[in-house]
Amino acid sequence: MLEYIKNVWLGFWTVIVGMKITFTHLFEKKVTVQYPDDRYPIPPNARNKLHLEPTLCNGCTSCARICPVNCIKVETLRVVPDDPEQPMIADGTKRKLWVPVYDIDFAKCCFCGLCTTVCPTFAIKHTVEFEYSTYSRDDLYVRFSDMSPEKVAEKKKMLEEFQAKEKAAKAEAARKAAEEKSKAEAQAKAESSPVTESKESN
Amino acid sequence: MGEKKRIELDYSKIESDRMRLNVGPQHPSTHGVLRLEVELDGEIVTEVVPHIGYLHRCFEKHAEKMTYPQVIPYIDRMDYVTSMNNELPYVMAIEKMLGIEVPEKVQYIRVIMCELNRIASHQIAVATFGLDAGAFTPFLYFFRDREYILAIFEKASGARLLFNYFWIGGLAADVHPTFKEDVLAIVKQVRKTNKEIEDLLIYNKIFIERTANVGILPPDVAINYACSGPVLRGSGVKFDLRKNEPYSIYDRFDFDIPVGMGEVGTVGDCWDRNIVRMREMEQSCRIIEQAIEQMPNEGDVQEKLPKKIKPPKGDIYMRAENPKGDLGFYIVSNGTDKPERVKARGTSFVNLSVLPEISKGYMFADLILILGSIDIVLGEVDR
Amino acid sequence: METTNFVYNLIPNETIAIIVISVIPLIFLIVYALLAILGELKISAWIQERLGPMRTGPWGILQPIAEVVKLIQKEDLTPDSANKPLFNLAPYIIFMGAYASFAVIPFSRYFVPSGINIGLFYIFAVGSIAVIGIVMGGWASNNKYSLLGAMRSVAQIISYEIPGAMAILSVAVLASSLDLEKINIAQEGGIWNWFIFGGQGSWSKIWVFPFTLVLSLIYLVASLAETNRTPFDIPEGESELVAGYHTEYSGMKFAMFFFAEYANMFVVAAVLTITFFGGWNSPFGNFMQGPGWDVFWFISKAFFFVILQIWLRWTLPRLRVDQLMYVGWKVLLPFSFICFLFISLFKMIN
Repeated sequence: MLEYIKNVWLGFWTVIVGMKITFTHLFEKKVTVQYPDDRYPIPPNARNKLHLEPTLCNGCTSCARICPVNCIKVETLRVVPDDPEQPMIADGTKRKLWVPVYDIDFAKCCFCGLCTTVCPTFAIKHTVEFEYSTYSRDDLYVRFSDMSPEKVAEKKKMLEEFQAKEKAAKAEAARKAAEEKSKAEAQAKAESSPVTESKESN
Repeated sequence: MGEKKRIELDYSKIESDRMRLNVGPQHPSTHGVLRLEVELDGEIVTEVVPHIGYLHRCFEKHAEKMTYPQVIPYIDRMDYVTSMNNELPYVMAIEKMLGIEVPEKVQYIRVIMCELNRIASHQIAVATFGLDAGAFTPFLYFFRDREYILAIFEKASGARLLFNYFWIGGLAADVHPTFKEDVLAIVKQVRKTNKEIEDLLIYNKIFIERTANVGILPPDVAINYACSGPVLRGSGVKFDLRKNEPYSIYDRFDFDIPVGMGEVGTVGDCWDRNIVRMREMEQSCRIIEQAIEQMPNEGDVQEKLPKKIKPPKGDIYMRAENPKGDLGFYIVSNGTDKPERVKARGTSFVNLSVLPEISKGYMFADLILILGSIDIVLGEVDR
Repeated sequence: METTNFVYNLIPNETIAIIVISVIPLIFLIVYALLAILGELKISAWIQERLGPMRTGPWGILQPIAEVVKLIQKEDLTPDSANKPLFNLAPYIIFMGAYASFAVIPFSRYFVPSGINIGLFYIFAVGSIAVIGIVMGGWASNNKYSLLGAMRSVAQIISYEIPGAMAILSVAVLASSLDLEKINIAQEGGIWNWFIFGGQGSWSKIWVFPFTLVLSLIYLVASLAETNRTPFDIPEGESELVAGYHTEYSGMKFAMFFFAEYANMFVVAAVLTITFFGGWNSPFGNFMQGPGWDVFWFISKAFFFVILQIWLRWTLPRLRVDQLMYVGWKVLLPFSFICFLFISLFKMIN
C-alpha cells in the first residue's frame, strides 16, 4: 500500500518537475538560425564544394588517382617545346601539360578532402560554398578546364604535329641508328670475315 | 505502478490467431532502414525476425580495391554518427603494421575527439530512445548540444559528420587555436543538459515505468551473443576495452566504467542500458578534462610517411571501444599499397542479433523501446 | 422550453434562429482550431528552444491557414482494399461527436445553444460517439497499424470515462443539478465560490478543497486520455503505430480527424472550466461580470486548459497500453471513488 501511494505520488511529482523544466525553457533564448537570412558561420577550412584553379593545375592527376569514388576525370596534353604561348603555371614553374579536361562529378564526390591534400600546387580546394543543389544531375557535372575547344583542338593538332615530327625524327633516328648499326655490323662483318673465313677454312 | 512480467503464453491450451506485422523498412522508429517481421498475439510479441541489408554498400569489397588512406572515408560511413571512433582502430592497426609511433599531441587530440564523438553518439542514442518512448522535447535539447560538438569537429576537420580526420600516422590537420576553450565550454554544457534531461526524462515516472523491467538481457545471454558496449555493460558486466585492454593513451586517464545496477528494475533492462549511456557521457567529460590538461600545445600532427603506404605482409586485428561497443578491424596486407582484405566487426550488427532473443513476450510498444535501447545504426549493421 | 439565448431575441423567425445558433459554435470552432494549432506549433517550438514557423505572416501567425489550405489541396486517397463507405464516413462521425457536445456548452448566460437540463450527461453520452468513428476508421482502413490503434483506443476511452464521470458526478452532487447553466450559476460570486473550493457556502467548505482538487486533476487526466493526447496518445503513438487509426487518411479526411481532436480538446477544457473553475464567472465577484465578460472568462479559462494540454504533451513520454489501464482502473478510479464519497458526505452534513 505504501509502495502504491509512493508510486502515485512519484508519478504526479515527476510530471510537475518535468513541466517546470519545460516551462523555464519557454522563455530561454532560442537557438534556431533563420537559415537563408541568418547563416551559421562556416569555418574557412570547411570541406564543401570543390573548386579548381585551372591556372595552377599542372595536370599531375594525383587527385584523380587518390579519389576513393573516382569522381575526378583529368585528361592532359603534353606542351610542345615550340609552343608560341607562354607555358607558365601561376606559381611560376614551367607548364609541362595542358589540362583540356578536368571534370568533377559532384553527384559522386564524398567530400573526403583527399584530393586537396595530394595536390602539389594547391590548385584544387574545398570552398565554403554548399548551396549548389540543382534540378538535374547533369548540372552537377562541372567542367573546370579553362581551355576553349578551339584551343584544345589547336593544342591537340600541335601535339599531333609535334608527335608526328617526333615520330618522324625518331623513325629517322631509328633508321639512322639501324643504318649505322647495320653499317657497323657490315663493317664488323667485313672486319671479322677474314677470321671467320679463316675459321671456316680450318 | 505495476511490475511488468514477461508474459508466457501456453499455446497448447489457448487457441488464438496471430498477426504478422511488417515493421519497416519505412517506419518512424526502426532507426533507419531496418525491417522487422513481427508476429503478434494481440499486443504481445511472439516472434521477431530482423531483415537487414537495405543499406548494404559493399564496404569490405570496396576496401580491397582502395589504397590504405582511401579506405578511411568509407570507414566514416559505416557508423556515421561516430566517425571519429570508427577511424581510430583502423589507423591504429595500420600504424602498428608499419611500426610507427604517432606524436604525443596527436594521441591527445585523438582521445579528445573520440570522447567528444562518444558524447555526441550517446546523445543521439538517449534522444532517440526518449523519442521512441514518446518524449519529443529531450530529443531537441540533445540535438542542440550535439550541434556545438559538431561545430568543433567542423572547425578542426572541415566536415560535420564524415570527418576523414584521423590519418595513418597522424591527423588531417591541426586543431584550431581556441580548441581547448571550446571543448571545455562544451563539457560544461553537456553536464548542464544531462542534469536537466535526468529530471525531465530519465527519472520521470512514466519513462521508468516504460523502460524498467523491459527487455531484460541477462549477463550470460549478453556474453553468448558477443554483445559489447553499453548493451553489455547495461547487463552488469564490467567490460570496457579502454580499461581492460588500454589502447592509444587511455591508460593515462582516471575514469570509471558505469554498469547497469538495476536501480529501478532488473539488471539489464532498457533503463539500465540507457542510464549507462548517460553516465558514460559524464565519464567522457572527465577524460576530456584530463586530456585537455595534459595535452601538449606544440608539436607536429603528422608523422613523416612514404608517399605510398605499404604495410609489410601479414595480418592484424585491432579493436577499440566504439560508443556502441567493440569495433574491430581485421586487415590482411599482401605487401602492396592496397589491402588484401579488410573485415570489420560491426558493433551494431552483433548487438542487433540479440533483439529476437530479448523481445519475445513483451508488448509491441516495448519492442520499439528494446530496439531503441540497443542503439543500432543501420550504416554499420549493413556496411 | 425556457431559454436564455440572445439570438432568439434578435431573430424572430425560429427556424432561422436555430440555424444561426447551431452555426455560431462551428464558426467559433474553426477560429479556435486555427488558434490552437498555432498555439501547439509555437508552444512546442518555444519549449524546445526553437522559433517555430516564421515564414507565413509576421511571426508565422498564418501558418495554420497555410496548413489547412495544404490539407484541402492534397489528394484524397482511399486505399484499394479499404471498406469504402466506412472509411469515408469515419472522420465525419468523429467530428460529429465532438461538435454535438457544443450544443450544451454555455458560453455566456445569454448564449446557451440548447439549455437541456441533463447537459453533463449529454456531453458524456455524445463524447463516446467518437469511439465508433475511431473503430470504423481503424477497421475500414484494412491496415494492421490502424486496427491496433483502434483497438487500443476503444479500451482507453471506455476505461477513462468512468473516473472522469465520477469526478464530474461529484460536481453534480455539489450543485444538485446536471444542468450546465445551473452549475455555472451556483458558482457565482468570485473565485472563492468556484466548485474547486466547494461552491457557495460557509468556511466549513475548506474541508472539501483537497477532494475537489484531486477530482479536477483526475478529470484532467481522464480528459487527456479521452482526447488521445500525450501521455495517452497510445492509439496514434507515432513511434509504434506510425499514426494509429488515421494512418491511411490524407487530405480533407485527415483534416477532419485533426479538427475533431482539437474540438475535443476544447470540449474537455470547457467541461473542466464549467464544473470546477466557475465557467463564465469572473474570479473577482461582480467586477468584470456581465454577458460580454462571460464569454471572455469562459473562453480564456478554457484556453488555459487547452494550453495546459499542449504543455503536457511536449513534456511527457507516452504510457504503454497495460499501464494506461493500470492508471485508469487502479489509480484514478479508487481515488475518484474516495473523493466522491467524501464530497457526498460533506453535502449530506451541510
